[in-house]
Amino acid sequence: MIRIGSGAGFAGDRIEPAEILVEHANLDYLVLECLAERTIALAQKRKKQDAHSGYDVLLEKRMRSLIPKISGKKVRIITNMGAANPIAGANKIIEIAKELNITVKVAAVTGDDVLTKISPDDLAWETEKPLIEHGQIVSANAYIGVDALLDALKSDAQIIIAGRIADPSLFLAPMIHEFNWAIDDYDLLAKGTVIGHLLECAGQLTGGYFADPGKKDIKDMANLGFPFADILADGSATFSKVERTGGQITLRTAKEQLLYEVVDPNAYITPDVIADFTSVKLEEIYEGLIKVDGAVGLPMPQKLKVSIGYEAGYIGEGEISYAGPNATARASLAGDIIQERIGHLFGEFQVDLIGVNACHRKSFRESDPYEVRLRIAGKAKSMAEAAIIGEEVEALYTNGPAGGGGARKVVNEVIGVVSTFIDRDQVRSQTEVKEYVANETL
Amino acid sequence: MKLYEIAHCRTGDKGNTITLSVIPYEKSDYEFLKERLTADVVKQHLKEIVEGEVKRFEVENIQALQFVCSQALATGVTTSLTLDTHGKSLSFALLELEIG
Repeated sequence: MIRIGSGAGFAGDRIEPAEILVEHANLDYLVLECLAERTIALAQKRKKQDAHSGYDVLLEKRMRSLIPKISGKKVRIITNMGAANPIAGANKIIEIAKELNITVKVAAVTGDDVLTKISPDDLAWETEKPLIEHGQIVSANAYIGVDALLDALKSDAQIIIAGRIADPSLFLAPMIHEFNWAIDDYDLLAKGTVIGHLLECAGQLTGGYFADPGKKDIKDMANLGFPFADILADGSATFSKVERTGGQITLRTAKEQLLYEVVDPNAYITPDVIADFTSVKLEEIYEGLIKVDGAVGLPMPQKLKVSIGYEAGYIGEGEISYAGPNATARASLAGDIIQERIGHLFGEFQVDLIGVNACHRKSFRESDPYEVRLRIAGKAKSMAEAAIIGEEVEALYTNGPAGGGGARKVVNEVIGVVSTFIDRDQVRSQTEVKEYVANETL
Repeated sequence: MKLYEIAHCRTGDKGNTITLSVIPYEKSDYEFLKERLTADVVKQHLKEIVEGEVKRFEVENIQALQFVCSQALATGVTTSLTLDTHGKSLSFALLELEIG
């Protein structure tokens, strides 16, 4: 049996659940999944400006807390926090180890960056248009699978840092490594992929993104515990979390997470396998312990998906609130004023009333909110043009309807993402091991 | 009766596509949902949100329905002007549906 914990489900996730897993769960592996499609494109832009950057922005914070805690323990960390620059990420980890004077061995896995191997004329899968027509390409990262991690696992590195590895592969690789599963035993690979899929969003399996007071209550969410799985060589697993942490794993949370982001439950495609989720069995063994088994699989796809990041201009936003009598009408009037003044300057322009129609783009029932927040958003080619939106909304203070308060403005650079495909044999991964040995005399 | 009373739902996103799982609280409601909650009914309910097609998968092993809605995020997570770019809140738009 091996035990794998999930210590982060996205780049901005909480820090301490991973610490609790390391200290109290007796893990064999801790996986930190911190990379989204847009995140890696932004990281590529940072790397372009500074060759020593391009790894996850929270890497230093997470590693500073985890390195002392894993020291002397068997647990190994597998993470995609290398983002656009796993080598620089590994160097940073060594630098932290040196500062703390703790022995650490790190393996950096590269090979997902295929920017030099794709052509601007390649077609985007979503739009069937050449990539270059979308905007200046800033990144091209192939979703690579378990094979990239297996070399690193064979080394004795305690921390393995990679870039664009497919999320479930971060979990499947240690299973293959520990159980010697054949790389073409697709049923086992599918079972392991389901385990990885259930764990990859961390707190989303233990009551996060689930709770609904009075209907789906979850206890102690301020101290939500992240999940771990006990996995057997036959590919079955039980899921639980550290005792006395908050949250709860139930059949309901597991069902929601099993289907999360699955666009075809009959064929969940990763670089390693095509897994059929409709054969998965979920069973509650006792309260807080869920058993998962039964997935079947088909051979992996011949081509790898490549995530392309491109420059897509800037989004400017401005917000201002109205409250009390006639709040909705005053917010609406404010929106009309902005629309008349600058709506024509933007190809894409949006007016929302937060409290009325912003999240669902309409209201499914009549409501009369006590307060309403006007939100204006628009896309522009330059930062200066995008900034006009916030400036105009702010000017509603003295020029707009009565009682407008709490104006805020922001401009964000937009990185668009489309996909294309690349032949497997064009993608070669490498592993580089780095080490710091603690100085005993210090 | 609203769908909210008998089922829970989670939204996921992939590019400009969203997934909506619909999971009845009681197993006995699964057949009822299978009959009533067709892809057409969901498309009609979410017509201002989902510009593309709605596909339904029956996930019998966990008594759940999975709806896959294309062109649902106003160009996609990274480029959309909407407040909720991921469509995370859309599960509760579906749960507003009157199911009879």
